This record gives sequence, structure tokens and C-alpha cells, in this order.
Amino acid sequence: MDLKEKLISSFMAFEERIDVHAELHDVRTAALKNFENKGFPSKKEEAWKYTSLNAVLKNDFTVFPKQENEIQYSDVKKYFLHEIDSYKIVFIDGVFSSHLSATTHEGIDVCLLSSALTKPKYKTIIDTYFNQIANKEESLTSLNTAFANEGAYINIPKSKIADRPIEIMYFSTGNEAALLVQPRNLIIVGENAHVQIIERHQSLNENPVLTNSVTEIFAQKRALVDVYKIQNDNLTANLIDNTYVSQQEESSVAVNTFSFGGNLTRNNLNFYHFGERIVSYLNGITIIGEKQHVDHYTLVQHATPNCESHQDYKGIFSDRSTGVFNGKIFVEREAQKTNAFQKSNNILLSDKATINAKPQLEIFADDVKCSHGCTIGQLDETAMFYMQQRGIPKKEAKALLMYAFSNAVIESIKIPELKQRITKIIATKLGVKMGFDL
Amino acid sequence: MLSIKNLHASIGDKEILKGINLEVKAGEIHAIMGPNGAGKSTLASIIAGNENYEVTEGEISLDGEDLSELAPEERAHKGVFLSFQYPVEIPGVSVTNFMRTAINETRKANGLEEMPANEMLKVIREKSELLEIDRKFLSRSLNEGFSGGEKKRNEIFQMAMLEPKLAILDETDSGLDIDALRIVANGVNKLKSDKNAIVVITHYQRLLDYIVPDFVHVLLNGKIVKSGDASLALELEEKGYDWIKQEQEA
Repeated sequence: MDLKEKLISSFMAFEERIDVHAELHDVRTAALKNFENKGFPSKKEEAWKYTSLNAVLKNDFTVFPKQENEIQYSDVKKYFLHEIDSYKIVFIDGVFSSHLSATTHEGIDVCLLSSALTKPKYKTIIDTYFNQIANKEESLTSLNTAFANEGAYINIPKSKIADRPIEIMYFSTGNEAALLVQPRNLIIVGENAHVQIIERHQSLNENPVLTNSVTEIFAQKRALVDVYKIQNDNLTANLIDNTYVSQQEESSVAVNTFSFGGNLTRNNLNFYHFGERIVSYLNGITIIGEKQHVDHYTLVQHATPNCESHQDYKGIFSDRSTGVFNGKIFVEREAQKTNAFQKSNNILLSDKATINAKPQLEIFADDVKCSHGCTIGQLDETAMFYMQQRGIPKKEAKALLMYAFSNAVIESIKIPELKQRITKIIATKLGVKMGFDL
Repeated sequence: MLSIKNLHASIGDKEILKGINLEVKAGEIHAIMGPNGAGKSTLASIIAGNENYEVTEGEISLDGEDLSELAPEERAHKGVFLSFQYPVEIPGVSVTNFMRTAINETRKANGLEEMPANEMLKVIREKSELLEIDRKFLSRSLNEGFSGGEKKRNEIFQMAMLEPKLAILDETDSGLDIDALRIVANGVNKLKSDKNAIVVITHYQRLLDYIVPDFVHVLLNGKIVKSGDASLALELEEKGYDWIKQEQEA
């Protein structure tokens, strides 16, 4: 039985196990139907032309992990931003870990989707937001919706500021030979509210994992949302991240994706505008090697006037790694005075590394500023010569230049401890001890 | 100190240097002048080890040691410094951190320990005062958003930090206003000793009012066609390069 059949046949058992009300049952059934019709995406589809799931799907994934897998905080401390206080929502093999988490209901809700989906007091919110911005046509999103049960539920009410960052952490223990997890996050940021969120998926051993995650973010009027996705997982981990962002007027949402690890990573990042003077930031740094594969598939849907979007993706590819950047900007007829910018700069450090970069602009308004630039190159020789001339050996000069190359995106990190952490990961990735602390 | 004999160099199929001979001794200042495209910057770049050029004939040595097989950083470790005409911007790396890396790599290559942090700070303070550089400037990303003048001043600051044996200043005067020019020249003069040597490459005589050369060479079409003392620079300023060209053709 292949994975698709296995999932479809386990759906009834899944629904019996969890407590669902009628509306949710309908949502799940419709989603399952869509997945059943479309199946896993293949390279025949334009959107998946450069990313094949075939090899990954050959694993015999367990779809429902055992309930109780415990890990000690001391073993996983290094994955948290432990230098500062944070709210934590932690899952082990898809199951909530209360002893690793630090949730809250005081003024803001930082808790579990499973309770939001089942408790009556959240029903209005779930009816209003759950699965409302996620793409109902997309098969992997549908697959997640059908089995959506656990994940983070964050609700920051009007004019509240989350006083510390929220870390959403998904660990897989490897207690299953191969594991499929499908986290589902729902994030609602009220009018004038502010939140910083860090999301990470981490396997703790070498058993294969496939994560098919869906996150819906609703930013109300003037909300300020910063999301940091840290993808620095083992070489046997695979991640499909589907993130949907809905923005109301004057809101500002930034999603920063740091892709350093994993076997196969696909980031489907979608922004939808529903008001004027919205700003969206999509930033990414990808530094990979060996046979790693990272695919950034972005969409910004400009539907309203006077909005901005800024995309800045940097990629450094070595060995036989492959990268994909597909950036779609859609400017509807009503969206006059749109400013939409997109940059994808890539450096190939090896003859065998590949990047496929594809900007896609569809513009139906006539008074807009849109730009896109994809560059693929080697390191700047003049800059190398300059640094070598000052006595810095070639290897260090190269590392310094790559750091400089990714700097614009590093600078966009607003949490100092996180910035330091990412910088450190980058320095390690570049494989060189710098003569100083970056 | 620096000895260049019959140097020929080309980029691709194009021969740029066509037999350069130059002897620079410790304690001397040499100026190399010439019209655009004469090969001045190429010569500077080749001495520093730029691998984009191919040396087809001749040799370059420093204190009797052949430089031709050495990488740019190895030449730097032996005391060759090139002040770039167009210094490169390195975002995210501060002037201080860059200098710290450069100095410690050079010390390492010469079998010395890393410079202790407090000593480094002291030297940085000293040298930045010499070039009248604001301390805030030193924590900015290297050359990023610097004005033309700031970039050049920063080059000489780096020279002061690295204390090279041989400093080649490639068009250091371009982009400098008169005050900056004075500060830069003053810095260079203070760094000058009987143990080091300076080669100034310039198009105009202006800088040579402040950094007075012992020798002036005219580079034309890949060759040094005339050498003299500081008065030659004045003559060039007054008459341009055409008379030398005519002399050559005659």
C-alpha cells in the first residue's frame, strides 16, 4: 500500500480518535476528497517542476505516531533561544509536550490547536479563521487539513503585544522507523497587536521524517508580525512548509526563512492583501551542500492599492545541492500604486550545484512599481583580491564574502539573540573559523 | 627593496605592460605618472599579485625574493600593500573586525601570536587619530556607503595599521577634496621611514605637492619612457603628456 492509500484508508480511524464537530468533519472530508483526486504533486505539475517527492514518498511512513515519547530539556536546550525568556509550544512526534512548553492564556493565547478545535469557547474563532486562507485546491494543504489536529494556536487580541518571542518547536525522536507529521498552526494577530514567532522542525536522529506543515496567519489592521523559520535539520528530514498569510490594512508581516539543513525542503509561502497600505516582507537565506534541496515557492497577491511587498532571497549552493526560487507576484487591476520588489541572488560554489530561479510577474494594474532581479554567479573576484591583498587567506576571504553576501537578510532579524544564533550557524556552515566574532 | 625587471604582462590577448624596469630602495618615494590607459593600475595590481593578469616575461622581487609564485595574501604577509583606486564594499563586516582579521592573519603567517585585544584597540585609536577618523566610523561596515574620500582615507588607515614595507597608492588622490587630501598625505608622510618605500600612482601632480617624490617616472603605452626628479611632475602638469609622446615618436 503506498502512502496515499495508507492515508486515505486511515482517515476514518483518525476521525474516530479525535473529537470533531460537524462543521469540521465537513471541512476535513472535503479536503480529503481533494487530496484523493489530486494525490501527491509530481514533476509534471508546473509548480513542482524542479522538486520531486518520489524518493521521499518511498519511505514506509508511520502516519500516527505512538502517544508518549518523552525527551529531556537538557538534550534539546540548544535548539531553543535559551538566552532569553520565550513562550514555547513544543511537540514531540506531533504530540504536545506540556513539560517542555511554556504556554499562556494571560492576555494572549499561546496554546494548542487541538484544544481550540474542540473546546466550545473557541468555536467562533475556528469557524471564522480555520482553513479560511489556506488554499483549498492545493493537495498537500488539503492533506494537512484532513488530518489537522495538533499544532500551535496563537491569538494576540487587539492592541496587545506579546511580551516575548513565541517558539514553536516540532521534535521528532526517531522512535518510529519513518514518520509523517502534519502540524497545523493558526495564528491570529489582532488590530494593532504585535508578535514575534520562531518556528523550527528538528529530528533528533537519522530516521527519515516527512513534515507537511500548514500555517495560517491572520494579521488584522495595523498588526505587526515577524516570523522566523529555522530550517537546520538532519539530512534525513524532509519538510513541506505551507504558509498562508492574510493581511488587513496597514498591517506589516515579515516571514524570514533560514534554510541550512534537511534533505528536501519546500517552502510554499503565500501572501494575500485585503486592505490598503499593507507591507509584506519575504526574506530568505539558503546555504546548503551535499545533495540537499531547497525550493522557495512564493506568491504575493496584490489585490488592493498602495501596498508594498519586498522579497529578498540569498542562496549559496555547494557540492551537488540544488536550489529553486519561484517568485510569483500578482497585481490585480484594482491594486494601483503597488510597490512590489523581488530579488533572488545566488552563488554557486561548485560546478555540480544547481539553482533554478524563476520570477513570475502578472500585472494587471497600470500605475505600479514592480521589479525583479535574479542573479546567479560566483564570488566577486575583485572583492576576493581586495581581501587577500590585506593578508586574509583565500579560504577566509571566501567565507567573509559569503557572510557579506547574506548580510542584508541577517540584518532583518529583529531579535538580537536570534541574530547571533543565525550568524553562528552561518559561520559554521561556511566551514571557517573567522578571526573574530561576527 | 622592489626590483622589477623587463616585466611584460597581458590580460587575455592584450599586452598591457611591455617591458617595465623599476628599482625602488628603502626610504624612497616614487611617483608613476601617465595618461589613462598607460598601464599604471595594471602595474600596481600585478605587483600585488592580481591573478587576472598573466605575467609573460620578466620578474618582480622584494628584497631579493621572487614574488611571482606567491598568492596576493602571501605578498601582503611579506609587506606589500596596495591602496585600491576603488575599494570594495564588504557589508556586515566592520572596519575594526576586518582590520583585526587582516592583522592577525599577517602575524600568524609571520610566526607571531595574535595581537592582544587591548593592544589592538590602542593601535586602532592611535592610527585613527592620525587619519582624523571618527571612532564611530570604525564600527561601520567596511566601505559600505562611504563617500569617495572616506574610502580613500580608510585605505590609508589600513596601511597605517598594517605598516607595510612597500605601499603602492593607486590614484589615492582621486575623489578627495583638498582637506581630505591634506589629511591623507599627512598620514602617508608620517608613516614614511627609511625602512619602507612608497610608490604613488597618479594622473595629476596635485598629490605630489604633499607627498614629495624622490623619483618620477612616466608610464606610456606599457613602458616607462622617462624618469626624473620631482620637477618632472611639474613639467608634466604644465605641458601634459603630448610632448613626451612626440619625443617618443621622434
